[in-house]
Amino acid sequence: MAEREQIKKNSPPRDDSPGDDGGQTQVSGKGEELKAELDDLLDEIDEVLETNAEDFVKSYIQKGGQ
Amino acid sequence: MAVPKIIGIETEYGIMVRGSNDWNPVSASSLLINAYLGADGSGARNEKSAPIAWDFVDETPGADAREFLPLEFALPPEVETHLVNAVLTNGARYYVDHAHPEISTPECADALSVVLFDRAAEMIGVKSMEAARELLPPGQELVLYKDNSDRKGNAYGTHENYLLDRNLPFGQIVTGATWHFVSRQIFTGSGKVGSELPGVGAQQVPYQITQRAEHFEEEVGLETTLKRPIVNTRDEPHADSQRYRRLHVIVGDANIAQYATFLKVGTSALVFAMIEDGAMNLDREYDDPVRALHQVSHDLTLARPIALKGGRTITALEAQFDLLEQAEKYTAQRGFDNVGGDAVGRMILDTWSQVLTGLETDPDSVASKVDWVAKKRLLDGFRERHDCDWGDSRLRALDLQYHDMRPDKSLAARAGLDRLVNEADAQEAMTKPPEGTRAYFRGRCLEKFGDQVVAANWDSIVFDNGDEPLRRVPMMEPTRGTRAHVGTLLDESDTVAQLLEKLGS
Repeated sequence: MAEREQIKKNSPPRDDSPGDDGGQTQVSGKGEELKAELDDLLDEIDEVLETNAEDFVKSYIQKGGQ
Repeated sequence: MAVPKIIGIETEYGIMVRGSNDWNPVSASSLLINAYLGADGSGARNEKSAPIAWDFVDETPGADAREFLPLEFALPPEVETHLVNAVLTNGARYYVDHAHPEISTPECADALSVVLFDRAAEMIGVKSMEAARELLPPGQELVLYKDNSDRKGNAYGTHENYLLDRNLPFGQIVTGATWHFVSRQIFTGSGKVGSELPGVGAQQVPYQITQRAEHFEEEVGLETTLKRPIVNTRDEPHADSQRYRRLHVIVGDANIAQYATFLKVGTSALVFAMIEDGAMNLDREYDDPVRALHQVSHDLTLARPIALKGGRTITALEAQFDLLEQAEKYTAQRGFDNVGGDAVGRMILDTWSQVLTGLETDPDSVASKVDWVAKKRLLDGFRERHDCDWGDSRLRALDLQYHDMRPDKSLAARAGLDRLVNEADAQEAMTKPPEGTRAYFRGRCLEKFGDQVVAANWDSIVFDNGDEPLRRVPMMEPTRGTRAHVGTLLDESDTVAQLLEKLGS
């Protein structure tokens, strides 16, 4: 099975901080984690993305396919 | 009666020579494949140390599955026989098709095995690029893209193949397959920035679910390069034509997300088995299937109703949830024998359910499993960070680079996609055949007796056993020639003569 899915399934909400705002903290914590992950990803994309995007896109021509 | 769903995928890769303004895709594709075959023993060789050639005898890509031809029938597609065309020891075929390099996986006995050999095919592509680099002048590089469109109106295919019962009336296949092909796009799409339809701008379609949908203009037909049909009628079973049909599916996208490939072939195998067993509801049809295909691809909300014949409507998600329910009922009664057994069968149903639920409630939750969602997440993040609109060429570059097969450039490799098969197994599958189909016999023969194999194709191998005339061994039954059938026999044969004697041919 995929690691990512295992992590999701096996990490139920922590119940060591009960209270009305417990759930909300959990959600925003998860949201921030995802955002940080996406930020890292975007940093990496900025590094490896074609430097001359317009020429690259124009020159990508693939004739004669099925 | 449903027959075992033997499955394979053929992928035409996009190709570019970077660092040169003067290159030709046919030569580049030949160079790529020759570089791979020359790099090591991964392509089997005969005694002249030439790659073992594909055998074109009996190939009839122009045969039509319909019993009559429409008045304005299309000409059969031409077959290029003089270009590089090799058989690999994993049972796959690696060749130049039109102006693209193409890898056909070996025949696989279940959807998970397809994912493994599709990943192995990607690795063969990566290794080919590395080998080609050694042969090109400094500053030039040959690059592969696993996608289906240059975004300028040119498309190239990722074709699926399924073994079907010959007795099933083709009309039922058309009805059932069309129902699935139009709606399954919500998890098979690889995503595309913009539209290739004339006059459709970024305002109307900034981003869409699939790469292929817009390149389809017909409901049913023989063509694969022009006026592509949703259901392709090529009738070339590569097997006993009295018993079997091979359904050649040309309407899907190339997937990099392994879960998407798994679901694409797994759900389709189940749907075809249901049609064969009379267990699929064929009473409903889209009013205009081609329009529906385009509409689903353009609808990122997944909620737009599709018009049905007779005036009712359905959404793609509803159609898929309904198919899932039918499949659950069908397999509860009939089991999973025809789709590769219990473990894989249950996994198809579970994944199907999980992905549909994710798409319905929060599409981002399946960003690790569905390509169009994974790519959209990158595009949305990039747009927000750089404050750019959908017409920005950087977004178009990102869209293309998602499919770049170079590990140091691939954006798909960075998108957090979940894996279903492990990399070491896929590495092994570059040279070892699957064990559950006739591909096992083909691959093992090439590996063990490669110097005496003159030619091979899907349904036969030709041996040169010295002084005798050439001997053709037919393999008309795709479910035979497995490790269980011929493993011991191959192990115990030291020569082709012994093998042929044991086979009794």
